[in-house]
Amino acid sequence: MIDQEMLPYLALLVGALTTYVSRFLGVLLAGRLKVESPLFEWLSCVTYALLAALIARMIIFPSGPLAEAPLFDRLAAATLALASFYLTRRNLLLGVAAGFATLVLVTWVRVSGSDLLAALQL
Amino acid sequence: MAARQGRSLFRDEHFWHGVQRGVGVPLIVLSASFLGFGALIRESNLQLIHGIVSTMTGWALPGQVALVELYAVGAPLAVIALAVWLTNARLLPMTVTLMPYFNEAGTPRWKLYIACHWIAVTGWAEAMRRFPAMPPEGRYPFFIGMSLVLWSSCILATGIGYYIAGLVPFHVSLGLVFLNPIYFMLVFASDLANRGRAMALLLGAVAGPALHVVVPDWSLLIAGLTAGTLGYLIGRRWP
Repeated sequence: MIDQEMLPYLALLVGALTTYVSRFLGVLLAGRLKVESPLFEWLSCVTYALLAALIARMIIFPSGPLAEAPLFDRLAAATLALASFYLTRRNLLLGVAAGFATLVLVTWVRVSGSDLLAALQL
Repeated sequence: MAARQGRSLFRDEHFWHGVQRGVGVPLIVLSASFLGFGALIRESNLQLIHGIVSTMTGWALPGQVALVELYAVGAPLAVIALAVWLTNARLLPMTVTLMPYFNEAGTPRWKLYIACHWIAVTGWAEAMRRFPAMPPEGRYPFFIGMSLVLWSSCILATGIGYYIAGLVPFHVSLGLVFLNPIYFMLVFASDLANRGRAMALLLGAVAGPALHVVVPDWSLLIAGLTAGTLGYLIGRRWP
């Protein structure tokens, strides 16, 4: 039997190997691929689409604690982040800050608002 | 050129240029995200060292989160392996599309097998945007400089996150987890100069969540292939 102490390390090793395999295969498969080739441009498009799909999924169908914030709040925060980003001539820090602040404030108002309502009804 | 090749990485101006690009907004956002990962480690009853080892050896946040969450519920190793591999499969095409930029400078293969360990969305997006205008021989040191800054600050943040877990209010920790997708979204929103890639981003953002409802496990790969191919074709037809 495997020592209980070693179990997390075994899982971490599996995680490290499966993560590195994708990167390793990437170097291997890139071979003599040229930047000016149609294949390179197609692969770039596929990669951009894949990452956009991942990001959209992280916002709309998050796993973990973010799932506890309502979808409306997440979408509102993402929209405000995009709006502030474009309105400030693409200032990344301001865009990210706007998204963060919106989500924190909206979820806070939601919870404290319902607390207030509950208190008023008492 | 011969003198240049013999120069150490730390004396290369491109290396320090990369370090400069890493420090700033990317560092703030990534570190904040890894604070969340450190907190997750503690909440999953794992030890500090497990979080540190994870960030050092398997640096790619979505896969790390999947690993910890599955481990915490006692999933078998084979399930963990498949889930982490699927979650991080995006790294394969990301690596393939970054390599040709290094090949233009004739960077030795063994160096690329090491450098690929640091390929992750933040550095990749920055590299894809800057490499075309950068002298080929400066790309490798730039990438290493930027990645080392980001990677080491993530390791540090994992540790800090472990210790501050439970100290910040719930709403703030929600906001911290939200930083990562929002930041990625804005990074790509600022990279829309190429028609094909811009269309691929837009279509992918729609296809990803839509397919997730139907085929959760394979949605990312299918969305990437279909939306990417469509975007590519649109870019070729209407450049």
